Amino acid sequence: MYRYDQYDQTLVDERVIQFRDQTRRYLAGELPADEFRALRLRNGLYVQRFAPMLRIAIPYGLLSSRQLRMLGHIARTYDKHYGHFTTRQNIQFNWPALERVPDILADLASVQMHAIQTSGNCIRNVTSDHLAGVAADELLDPRPYCELTRQWATFHPEFNWLPRKFKIAFSAAGGDRAAIRVHDIGVQIVRNDAGELGYTIYVGGGLGRTPIIGPMVREFLPEADLLSYFEAVLRVYNRLGRRDNIYKARIKILVKETGLAAFRQMVEAEWEQIKDSELRLQPGDLDAMRARFDTFDYDPSAASDTSFDAHLAADSAFAAWARRNLQPHRVAGYKVAFVSLKAQGIAPGDMTDTQMDAVAELADRYAFGEVRVTHDQNLVLADVRQGDLYPLWQSLRDLGLATPNIGLLTDLICCPGLDFCSLANAGSIGVAQDIFDLFDNLDDQHDIGPIKVKMSGCMNGCGHHSVGHIGILGVDKKGEEWYQVTLGGSAENDASLGDRTGPSFSRDEIAPAVQKIIDVYLRMRNSEDETFLACYRRIGMAPFKAELYATEAA
Amino acid sequence: MSALIRPGEVLDNRWIEIADDADLPASGQVILSWARWLSLDGQIPTGDLQIGLRLPNTLDVVAHASQLQSHPLLVLDFPSFADGRAYSQARLLKARLGYRGELRAAGQAVVRDQLQSLQNCGFDSYQLRGDQDPALCIGAFADFSASYQPNLLAMRKRLRPGSHAPLAQ
Repeated sequence: MYRYDQYDQTLVDERVIQFRDQTRRYLAGELPADEFRALRLRNGLYVQRFAPMLRIAIPYGLLSSRQLRMLGHIARTYDKHYGHFTTRQNIQFNWPALERVPDILADLASVQMHAIQTSGNCIRNVTSDHLAGVAADELLDPRPYCELTRQWATFHPEFNWLPRKFKIAFSAAGGDRAAIRVHDIGVQIVRNDAGELGYTIYVGGGLGRTPIIGPMVREFLPEADLLSYFEAVLRVYNRLGRRDNIYKARIKILVKETGLAAFRQMVEAEWEQIKDSELRLQPGDLDAMRARFDTFDYDPSAASDTSFDAHLAADSAFAAWARRNLQPHRVAGYKVAFVSLKAQGIAPGDMTDTQMDAVAELADRYAFGEVRVTHDQNLVLADVRQGDLYPLWQSLRDLGLATPNIGLLTDLICCPGLDFCSLANAGSIGVAQDIFDLFDNLDDQHDIGPIKVKMSGCMNGCGHHSVGHIGILGVDKKGEEWYQVTLGGSAENDASLGDRTGPSFSRDEIAPAVQKIIDVYLRMRNSEDETFLACYRRIGMAPFKAELYATEAA
Repeated sequence: MSALIRPGEVLDNRWIEIADDADLPASGQVILSWARWLSLDGQIPTGDLQIGLRLPNTLDVVAHASQLQSHPLLVLDFPSFADGRAYSQARLLKARLGYRGELRAAGQAVVRDQLQSLQNCGFDSYQLRGDQDPALCIGAFADFSASYQPNLLAMRKRLRPGSHAPLAQ
């Protein structure tokens, strides 16, 4: 964890006071509704279909057990006993009363949390790899860079009224688990041939109405220049991004309409002017930031445990969970354990107050009191001794958080959809449940193998459908909910946008359509090792199309 | 007429806005639109006239720096509450070009809730939107007692050992 100092704490405390006053003035009729809207959005507060929705920042997905308990307290005290983890590592509460939001923010500030810039046309929560610091394929821990960026972006006076929202994501690993190519700025921390640290910078990726895989704007930016380069990109965008049409206001449109080469030239010209300013990081800045993060005293005898293997052999349910929901850890004798928030009958990403309290307890007992949120809407206990995994699994199973489906078909991403969101055209949670019902059999899911199904209730794309191996997009057709399907998208290193299969499917047809797609894959794959994505890229759309639309053609 | 303020005080506004089709006075302090200024094409009446400019928020202030520097007043415009382009113009004028005159914010965003950000970007004076209470606004520059921006000096100091200890969590 990064721990606030008094400076950080003062800023979030003063933000609560500011927002309490803004809310008071709004309720007293002293602040116009459209202006209060812009101000409350910068504190994460939307007004949704049934009630306000509050989105709370979880910077780069990192939570302490104390913070998770506070989220449980908020769910219990101000909401209907649950919260919803999002695809950007945040959490949303769907039922707070507007008048009580200042109290919620004060509760959050007491555990070094906030809802600052989780919405609105400003720089949003910085996201990163949920395996940061423990992944075997990692160059270094990206989180100190993320925190530096968080502080630079927080209340940045110049960039609080941008043309549109602005999202930054970091990855420092070989495998991109932060979907950096679908962010306004994606940062890959790299080491160049000379052994120096730096960044590859992608600008202008994004989902929504015009999905674009972010092009590379700079192959190697020296480590010291991170914030000055951000500032150059943001300044070009703030000055020149379109404000005449909300659908053309993201930086991706500016990059596209300007042309990549010309855009790059503008950014570089601006950067030349500021790269030697105070924004340039000095030797020691990052070390100082790194020192502000907790380090863990790993148990040197963890690897001598033999109970883990014994339980694997003796308990097939535990073995199934271990196969899907554990990942290797850099330290011998430790594993990364996933807490699945994708269970039957539960909206993907939802968690109850009781579960939050219980997982906080488990984190204290088994994982140094730390929890991470993944962009796939699950949680991670990143540092668990192998000898503790069996009792951890038993506890998670009793909580309904041990569905052994991480990375499988029912581990799907889904936005809140028409059930909650005022933007949505169609329901998504119900479709997720239908898919869950169809593919409930775990053996079948294992047979299908790794696959990412992503679903959004409208083309804003909160469910990242454009980059799903199978993407599902809810659309409205004369008041009825219909679903478009795309195949072959990816948000990882091989990022690509999915291709439309053809005409959309009705609510009744959509889950069976997914079944047909899977049937084609199982029939056509050249071996069990060929993943769905690899198979699609090899055989193309035609066989899927033939299966999906066969009856219509007949 | 709305109030002109800076932190802690309401100011007398001695500058007069001249409509684009009105004649220029021979003396005094006047604010001209950028378009009007361009149309004068350097034909400025000699005498005691001081000219401030009101700039559109689409103007590239760096490209036109030489025409801006000598004016004692520049007014940057916020045509709507959520249009933040003039924030960047302000920082470029002050931090990049070292503009020494008075930088004034005017328009729909010059309200209580944006004053401190405006100040942090280098504005000197604020022509409040008509509905704003100047008595409240002159105290609104202290919502936050600290800032992470615009430079990193504060961060650098506090991150160093022995400066600010992390709080217990």
